[in-house]
Amino acid sequence: MTGVVAANGGHLLVRDVEVGYGSGFNLPAMTFEVAPGEVVGIIGPNGSGKSTLLKGIARVLPLSGGEVLLGGEDIGRVAGRIAYVPQREDVNWDFPATALDVVLMGRYRSTGWFRRPDRASRALAHEALERLGLGGMGDRHISQFSGGQQQRIFLARALVQEPLVLLLDEPFTGIDATNRTLLHELIAELGRTGVIILMATHDLDEVTSICSSVCCLNHRLVAFGPTATTYTPETIRATFGGQIAVFS
Amino acid sequence: MIELLAEPWQYGFFQRAMLEVAIVGVLCGLIGCFVVLRGLAFIGDALAHAVFPGVVLSYLAGRSILIGAFIFGGIAALAIGVLSRSKRVSEDSAIGVIFAAFFALGVVLISRQTTIRRDLGSLLFGSVVGVSNEDVIATLIIGGIVILVLFLLLKEFTLVAFDATLATALGYPVFWLDLVLLMLVSATIVVSLQTVGNILILALIVTPPATARLLTDRLDRMLALSTAIALGSGVVGLYLSYYARSAAGGTIVLTATACFLLALVFAPDHGLLASRLRSRHHVHHYHPASEPADPAHKHDA
Repeated sequence: MTGVVAANGGHLLVRDVEVGYGSGFNLPAMTFEVAPGEVVGIIGPNGSGKSTLLKGIARVLPLSGGEVLLGGEDIGRVAGRIAYVPQREDVNWDFPATALDVVLMGRYRSTGWFRRPDRASRALAHEALERLGLGGMGDRHISQFSGGQQQRIFLARALVQEPLVLLLDEPFTGIDATNRTLLHELIAELGRTGVIILMATHDLDEVTSICSSVCCLNHRLVAFGPTATTYTPETIRATFGGQIAVFS
Repeated sequence: MIELLAEPWQYGFFQRAMLEVAIVGVLCGLIGCFVVLRGLAFIGDALAHAVFPGVVLSYLAGRSILIGAFIFGGIAALAIGVLSRSKRVSEDSAIGVIFAAFFALGVVLISRQTTIRRDLGSLLFGSVVGVSNEDVIATLIIGGIVILVLFLLLKEFTLVAFDATLATALGYPVFWLDLVLLMLVSATIVVSLQTVGNILILALIVTPPATARLLTDRLDRMLALSTAIALGSGVVGLYLSYYARSAAGGTIVLTATACFLLALVFAPDHGLLASRLRSRHHVHHYHPASEPADPAHKHDA
């Protein structure tokens, strides 16, 4: 199967990391460490910095301080194997490309400059589409897919990167129940092979069902630790303030 | 018919013009796809205007206009690339400021000359029938380099145009890739100046890919179609201008526009006619009378 090889890039260390857009919103310095195979749920109210943190780790936004290390080295050294799945609205779906074209983009870095993706990469891309329930649809134009399917095309693209770290920004938006189960299984399976997964989510049920650790944000790092001990009513209240009433 | 097509070939100027138009057509058709997909149409127009003072200076110095245009095209591409990175000025404003300033410089330079006025039209609108052998060779060489670089970086340009965020995350130097693309656009504009001139060049860069996009959803086919349309418009437009005794540049652009309008109406998937037929089919398909009565629907309402 696709990507099911040991993916051990070592521990992910986020050390004194500050991320921000320059003016306005900034995340103050935070430090945490994630072991291979862990699935970290990033939770917090809207605008609390979930996407910003993911973008900082993915190096889409420049860090204003600190460093992100994987296995003791700068994460940029393995940029091709850090897979970042943004929210779906971020790209132009009218672009003349098929689902397969988009998935293959995940292979560009390993393909190298001046070359085209080879046969093995294409096979990998087909497999990834199949694994995400989009088998046989690779030839369709990207605008012909539903929102949930487009999200899965992005996930397939992340899979062919054979990621060491997988960063997911609200991956369950617009995904129906069947595919939600499929994604849960996929994430669990990737975790078992050693992939580090950081996932921003709105859905607190997701945290208890698939996340081994939880990262609570509210314009700063409120709490970080194993779900079993960290995901408590007190932390939730501290993270969301008065905005949520769970755990009665 | 054959005679009609063959007749102008007896003139050397027509042979050179045809060759020039063909190279420029291929070049504009290819690079234009990335101008459209990366959303660089406005920048392209800005570059086309910004090279004007270079054209004027070369002309005054009695040199090939390619030299001056190249220098100013490079400066303008660099200035736009750097200024658009700064957060003090919005990208649109930066481009507007630069291209207007450069163009104004060209106008001032020209206004101080009394001898040049007769040729102002040919500088602004191109004069493809006036190209020399050296011009054609220069166009061929520069065009070849542009196409070579474009194909070497095809994968990277495509990635940046579709998803600059992913390109950044994968560690690609997006800023430099954009700058290289701008330089290629700049070079294309410079060698195309003699064919259609500063004012109309954007049409030859934007219209063929926009037409091709209406006809296909695939990038490789879009590149091929866009090239064919630009090349075809150039060849047909040049013939038309020969027999109609009209300005070559304008006639070529109008030919490309005609292709665009035809595609806009008749394109199989994206055309006006197709979507009209589809919506009619749609209405028919969901006509209330043809729907089986479904009591459950009433509850939904």
